[in-house]
Order: sequence, then structure tokens, then C-alpha cells
Amino acid sequence: MYGSGIIKGMGVTIKHFFESFIEDFRYLGRGGRYSDQYMAARQGPKTTGIFTVQYPEEKLPVPENFRYIPFLVFDTQKNEDRCTSCGICAKVCPPQCIWIVRTNDPKTNRPVPQPADFHIDATICMSCGLCAEFCPFDAIKMDQDYELSSFERFNTLVYGKEKLTRPDTYHASIHPGDWARELQEKEEAARKEAEKAKAAEAKKAAAAAAAAAKAAEAPKAPPAA
Amino acid sequence: MAAKAAAAPVAELTGPLAVLKEKFPEAVKPGDFEGAVIANESLVEAATFIRDELGYDYLSSVTGVDYPAANECEVVYHVFSTKHNGAPLVFKARTPRDNAVVPTLEGVWPGADFQEREAWDLMGIKFEGHHNLKRILMWEGFQGHPLRKDWKEAYYEQDNKPFDSRWPGGHFQRGEERTPFGDNVNFPANFDPAVYTSGADAAIYDRVKSMDAAAGGILTPAERNGNGNGNGHVAADGYVGPDQPEENIETDHLVVNLGPQHPSTHGVFRMVVTLEGETIRHLEPVMGYLHRNHEKIGERNTYIQNMPFTDRLDYLSSMSNNFGYALAVEKLMGVKPPERAEYIRVIMAELTRVCNHVWAIGFLLNDLGAFFTPALYGMQERELILDLFEAASGSRMMCNYFRFGGVARDLPAGFVETARELVFERLPRKIDDFERYLSDNEIIRARCEGAGVLTAEDAIKYSAAGPVLRASGVAYDVRRADNYSIYDRFDFDVAVRHHGDVYDRYLLRLDEIRQSIRILQQALTQLPGGEIQTGKKQYSARVPAGQAYGRVEGPKGELGFYVVSDGTANPYRYHIRAPSFINLTALGPMCINQKVADAVIILGSIDIVLGETDR
Repeated sequence: MYGSGIIKGMGVTIKHFFESFIEDFRYLGRGGRYSDQYMAARQGPKTTGIFTVQYPEEKLPVPENFRYIPFLVFDTQKNEDRCTSCGICAKVCPPQCIWIVRTNDPKTNRPVPQPADFHIDATICMSCGLCAEFCPFDAIKMDQDYELSSFERFNTLVYGKEKLTRPDTYHASIHPGDWARELQEKEEAARKEAEKAKAAEAKKAAAAAAAAAKAAEAPKAPPAA
Repeated sequence: MAAKAAAAPVAELTGPLAVLKEKFPEAVKPGDFEGAVIANESLVEAATFIRDELGYDYLSSVTGVDYPAANECEVVYHVFSTKHNGAPLVFKARTPRDNAVVPTLEGVWPGADFQEREAWDLMGIKFEGHHNLKRILMWEGFQGHPLRKDWKEAYYEQDNKPFDSRWPGGHFQRGEERTPFGDNVNFPANFDPAVYTSGADAAIYDRVKSMDAAAGGILTPAERNGNGNGNGHVAADGYVGPDQPEENIETDHLVVNLGPQHPSTHGVFRMVVTLEGETIRHLEPVMGYLHRNHEKIGERNTYIQNMPFTDRLDYLSSMSNNFGYALAVEKLMGVKPPERAEYIRVIMAELTRVCNHVWAIGFLLNDLGAFFTPALYGMQERELILDLFEAASGSRMMCNYFRFGGVARDLPAGFVETARELVFERLPRKIDDFERYLSDNEIIRARCEGAGVLTAEDAIKYSAAGPVLRASGVAYDVRRADNYSIYDRFDFDVAVRHHGDVYDRYLLRLDEIRQSIRILQQALTQLPGGEIQTGKKQYSARVPAGQAYGRVEGPKGELGFYVVSDGTANPYRYHIRAPSFINLTALGPMCINQKVADAVIILGSIDIVLGETDR
């Protein structure tokens, strides 16, 4: 019959229309489909019906890997920047939006592992995350704050060192998995260090013991002095 | 430039190239790294031989490479066969740099049309005998050819990244401050930009208006009789129109611009159509409004820096773009990703295909007038896939997920479970829903069936790729024809339809989604554990000198990356065979004798993304 295809299609739209309401009923006694605790269920593959979000009142949680403009990690334990101004991030940056001034010791003029200045031009940054990926010191990480609109183009969106630096507690709060990996690596390194120290100590002790034994064996040797 | 000195020609031509050498012993010489160099005098003859006798009927890529040190330009052709599978046949032509002229191969492979125009535009190589050798991406009147090695862009800083000004003395300075606008813009004498008009538009209008049958534009009345619209009476002069004799009405051809700002063009794209009443007599696509000289940027970048730039080509399917580029560079480096990374790559590429096709179908329906309901149904499924991309790569669209010899990071917890739920439960159900919703709809069928027919011969002739090619009855899919990654392990069919009209392209995309779901189901079940990166990940990839063409079956069609390395940290030449761009070659021929309203859906059925078309 001519027109049956259209009617069939309309059946699909009407199904879509009611699906949302059916799900509403399912959550009716439990605070409603739109309450915060069902956000994940509403956004997942099992949901039926619409899953639009009323931004900015409602915001979707972002996954840990989400990346948007880098920031510099400040080590709150050691009270120093993690950055050593090695320049790898500036070299790998595809749009070349990272500008680093390396600190030189005023006396010897040798490089000091501290950035004197650090700029990121957020208007150029493409949020690719390569800087964070290749930083050997875990000093630059990707932020997750994506609401950066400003009324002015030239001054507010070029981030200097103060604006870029965030404490490592902030890093830990947005990247818990990455933070756990760092802690583990640190522990591993500390353990290795301790083992090494222990081994060295043992060696030293053994050497001392050997020397003592030697000294005991040869008491008749004339004094060195 | 160092490459030119170091590059040794291939020792001996083998396979089909040896046959070619036998046929043209004088003209054919071995090329550097790969392929054969054919003398310009015999190029057309040799190309005809390659097409007819050797069976390489499909021209994939034409591009130029500039070698200032040797003072020559090289034109590189990659041709494939749709009949027998396998690797490309590569041949090259050389020409002096100052007066670069190569005979056109348009007569042998009409698909060379746009690509030769692009090579002229960006590289400054003239193709003798080309019917319309005009600039295609830059504007008419532009000075110079941007892909020449000695050309410098407006905010030129240094030949290669990383720039020295960034570290260690990286005192921030804007590009605009360093080079105030105008400082390196050269005008010819007596040039006033305020009053200048290039005349390019007027030239287009004059040309398309004066198109006659000989030029392949407007058909003669006798030819028009074959018009398949079937809804009108044929007047004495062959005019097909409503049931009224119209001999006495004076008509004229009308030139109309569809675009550049037009909702149907999916971006900034222009179609100059010549109309006779409502019927299109000639259509010419005009593009380049979004041109950013991606290839030049790519040649200034280091290898790894190009990865996020490839995301911005076809921004709806960034994972596939990553894939093609990674394959090309891996070919040069000679690395292979570990098992797990291969599986992850396939999973990502196939999810991208699903994403892209639901989007394409949705927006085709938009073009048809079904305003946004189907598009949003498609986007809903796409949204769930983008969530997966975001969890894995950190970004929904600009994924930047592939690395040479692996992927950027391992799959996060919960990825596989969600993906399984999607591809085993939700997507098959939703695709059935789509089918029920749209496929039998009488309005859609009335509009789409018979519109924009492209025959199998024409599809191959015009180098159409992907769904456009396969909907015309050519079962050519790079995943099967020139196996890459681990596609040979999966059980799937190459979707093919035979009418070559808009409706078949729509159905074919649904078929492809189903096949992608099949691949995904297998890949997710077999996904092994283990490493995701071969060797240590390095921020400066060491790429030995060489040339490589990496191609993947992207959602839009065959996506190829031609990379020439001279052993330094930056690619010497980086070219993209963009399916969105090359598929438009067939747009004009497909639209002839269609109604003007159908031009919109024919364009929609090709499924272009302007980021890739204009590059």
C-alpha cells in the first residue's frame, strides 16, 4: 500500500517519543530520571529515549583522560616546580604555542633546572596533549576546565607561569589514575634507591670487615704513618 | 634536498613495471626508492598501456614533489586495479622546475582532473592539454605556488619546527607582532587591493554558459531524450518538460550560485549551476574557502606533530585519519604495532565508520527535508561512541590517538564492557530501527531512486571512492583489496549495491554499518592483552629516507597519505589523497539533467567534509 512506509516510519518516531516517558516512569519513585545519581545510567548505552543535558545547569562528568589546555604541576611536598625547563614540551608542541625561558645561573651562566618564565598561548593551543604525554618529569598535565571564554582576546588567553601553575593536589584530584601511577613509580624508585643504599652499605660493611680482618691478621705490619 | 643526493634509484624494475619497461625501453627508467620514471613524451601512451594492458584502471593519487636542489619537479602517480587486488603501481614524471610542464592524463583517467588542478595550484606544475587548468584551492590571482619549497607563508618564522625562538630563550611574542600584516605580502606594481577583482568568477560564469556538448557540459537535444526523469513530454527539439509544447517560448540558460553560504553544502562550498528551467545543464564545484595549506604545515612539522593535524582533516572521523598517517610513517620506519594495539586500532576505525555513516545518513535526510529528526537519531548513537573515544583518547573528535608503532594509551577501565553493550545490543537494534524508519518511506524513495546515477564505469573513471564507488556496483574496498593492519583476520563482506543512485548510497551506508558491527563484535571478543606500543615512544621519530603511500578505507572512501622522507626530523613531502575532494570530480557529471533540488541530495549522498576537501 502506498504510504505504508511513511506510517511505519512514523511508528518509529512515536516509539522514540514515548520511550523517554517510559523511562521517566521507571525512575518515578526513585527521585526521577533527571536526578544526579542517574546521570551515568541516562548517558550509558542501556538508556532509552533522549539523553540531552541542560548545560550549563547540568554538566556531564568528564573522563580522566579528558584534556583541555595544559597546566604546570607544582610539587607541594618539595615546594618547587616539577618543571626543569628541559624544553621537550616546547619541541613537541604541534602549533608551537609553548614558550619557555630557561633559568641561567647568574654566576656561572650554566642552566638551572627551573623555568624563569613559561607561556602558553591558549588561543593557539590545540589541546592535543602531546606535551603532557612526552614530559619526562610529569610536570605538565592537561587540565579539564573547558570554560575559558573571555571578553578579550589578547591578554587573558595568554597564560603566564602564575596562571599555569597548579598544585599537585589539583592534579591528583582530576587524574586519580595517573596520580596512582606516579605514586607507584615513586615508591618503586624509593625502594630501588633504598636497596641500592642497602647494598652499598653492606658492601661498605663487608669491606670494613675485610679490612679489619686483614688488620687483625697482620698485626706486626709497621704503622702506615 | 639531502634526499635527492642520497637517494639511489631502485636497482631493477619488477612485476608490471618490468612489462612496462619492455614495452617502452627508452622512456622508462627506475625511480628513486620506488616506481618508474616515464619520459614526458611517452607519458600518455605509457599511461594508456598501464590502464588497458596492465589493468590498472583506477587512478588513486596524483601529486607533485619539489626538488630545488636538482632543479626539478616530480609528479607521482599511484594507480590501482579494481579487478585484481594488491599494491599500487607507482610511476613518475620529471620536469624542470622553472618551466614545469607535464602532459595531462585526464584523457586516460578523468579522475585526474581535480588532482592535476591541485598540483598546478599548489606546486606550479602545468598539465598540458588539461581542459580547465585553473587554481582550485587558492584564489585566482594568488601569487606563487605554496607547496614549492621556496615559498613562505605570511607569518613565516623558520623552515622547520621546533622553532628556535621557543626554547631556551622563549620570550613570548605574537606572530602578528613579529611580522605585522603586510610586511611579507608582496603586491605587483600598480596593484591596488581595494579595487582589484580577479575576474575569476566572471570567467567561470562565461565558461559554464558557453559550455556545449563537445565540452561535456550541456547535452544536445537528442541526448536529452535519454533523460530518465520520465515525467514529461518530449518536444520537437528534444526538450523534456511538462505536457505543453514550448517551442515558442524563448528561454535562456541561467547561472545560479548554490553557496558558498548555503545550508545544503555542509560547509563553505559553492556549486555554480547552469539551469534550463529547473534542470541542471552544467555544474561546477568551487572550493578552497577553508584552505589552510595543511600539506605545507605538515612539511614544517615533525612527524609526530602531524598526528593531531590529521584529526582536523575529516573532523568527523579523526581516528581513520590517524590510522592512514600512522600506516604511511610506519611503512617508512619499518615498525609494526603489537597485537593489542592492532585490535584497538581496528576497533576505533570501525567505530568511526559507524559514527560517520549515521551522521551522513542523518544529514542526507536533512537535505531531503526531513528536518533533523533522523539526524538527531543518528547523533544519539554517535554520541555514545564519542563517549568511548573521549574515555580512551581524551577528546571526542580531535582524538590524536594513534602513535607510530602503537596507540597513545591503553583502553581505560570499562571501555570494553560499554563497547560490547553497544555493538552487541544497542547498535544492531538501532540500525534496524533506522531501516524501518527510513528505507521504505515513499517520499524518500521517490526523491532518491534514480537521482544522481553514477555507473560503475564512470565511478572508476572519475576515481570515486568509498560508498560512492561501491554503491555503483564496484566491490572495491581497501580493507580487502590491499589488506592493511589485521583486517584479513575478520569475517566481513564488502557491501556493494548496483544502481549507483542516491538511494543505493544511503542503503550501502546502512550495509556498511552492519559490516562494521560484525568486525567490532569479532575484534572485541578477540581483543588480546599485552603491550600497546612497539619500542619506546619517542617525541622525535627517526624516519629513514624513503617514500611511502599508506592508505586506509576511511568512512568517506580511500584515504591515502603519501609521505616522502629525507631522513631528517620533518617530512620532506606530505600529501593527502582526500576522498571528499576527489569524489567531487563525479559531482558535475552526476548532476547533469537532474533537477536543481536534486543537486542538494546528490551532494549530500557523496558525504563530504570541507575540512578534508579544502585541506
